[in-house]
Amino acid sequence: MPATPFSILLVFLPLSLVTIGGGQSAIADMHRQIVDVNHWLTAAQFVDAFAIARLAPGPGSLLATLIGWQLAGFWGAVAATVGIFGPTAVLIYAVTSLWSRYQGARILTALETGLRPVAAGMILASSYVLIQALDGGWFGRGLALVSTALLMLTPVNPLLLIAAGAGCFVGLHTLALI
Amino acid sequence: MPDTQAQRPTPLQLFLIFSRIGLTSFGGGLSGWMLREFVQRRQLLSEEDFLNGLSIAQALPGVNVTNMAIWIGCRLGGRSGAIASWLGMVVPAAIVIVLIGGAFASISGYELSHVALNGAAAAAIGLSLAMGLTAARRVPRRVFPLAVMAATFIAVIVLQLPLLWTVLGIGSLSVAVSYHQS
Repeated sequence: MPATPFSILLVFLPLSLVTIGGGQSAIADMHRQIVDVNHWLTAAQFVDAFAIARLAPGPGSLLATLIGWQLAGFWGAVAATVGIFGPTAVLIYAVTSLWSRYQGARILTALETGLRPVAAGMILASSYVLIQALDGGWFGRGLALVSTALLMLTPVNPLLLIAAGAGCFVGLHTLALI
Repeated sequence: MPDTQAQRPTPLQLFLIFSRIGLTSFGGGLSGWMLREFVQRRQLLSEEDFLNGLSIAQALPGVNVTNMAIWIGCRLGGRSGAIASWLGMVVPAAIVIVLIGGAFASISGYELSHVALNGAAAAAIGLSLAMGLTAARRVPRRVFPLAVMAATFIAVIVLQLPLLWTVLGIGSLSVAVSYHQS
């Protein structure tokens, strides 16, 4: 399937509904659709886009916007953005408007506790997919693990950490280690 | 709930507030920002109302921060408020990410730029993995929730099932079980 705004929209629309617990959960499937199924980007290009999305402000799911732009310019970006954000935006709007009428506390609690382990499984799967797609061998994997530990154990600024990761790789490359 | 019609922000004001929040947010912590802006500083929403919105934003699919923008926008300005808030959260940041992507593309001829991006990605994967581990830690230490988490991981990674069907299947089973236990 060529990457037209319409085909991009069709790929991202269903992904919208699986962004449970934040956009992180959909990355595994986004990678599969973009890289494995449609061959629109290589795994390396996908990881580059992921890094850029993490460096940029705003919701992380704007990764979809960036990919849409890279694939099909302005309308590709619009299609991907509408696809990834649209269905859930309509859903939450509907729930918000109904909320005052039905204080659906029990179903809400069930949704929250029931979806929590699903979201955790999906975010872990997404991290696994990203680590697999990373260039740089054991240095890259080691860096990802060190970064995880720093984020969980210290109040380090994520942006500084990402910049340090870039610097670290440039240094290793200069020393011809990667 | 503090409720003076005259104080209510216009859709344009909502758009601008959320644009600012969207453009100054890097890697999370956004709901804290919104709480300060709408509950503490402007007193447009009660804390309880805000927290209700937050649990809905987290329980339903969708990016938490855009869900939250829609909830707040809808409470304060109805449909046009919701649309304005959503656009404020997404559009300016979307333009910025495309500009940053373009800047990187223009230096992509240099091998070092790919190396640097890979290093950045390796560190950024830490954000994803740390969030996954934190989420996993919040899963109750009981057989069923842990099995749901493992089954989700296996379905995505080993069986390579489409995520939508995984979520609809495992997710609705898990929600149904929690509903009956509550």
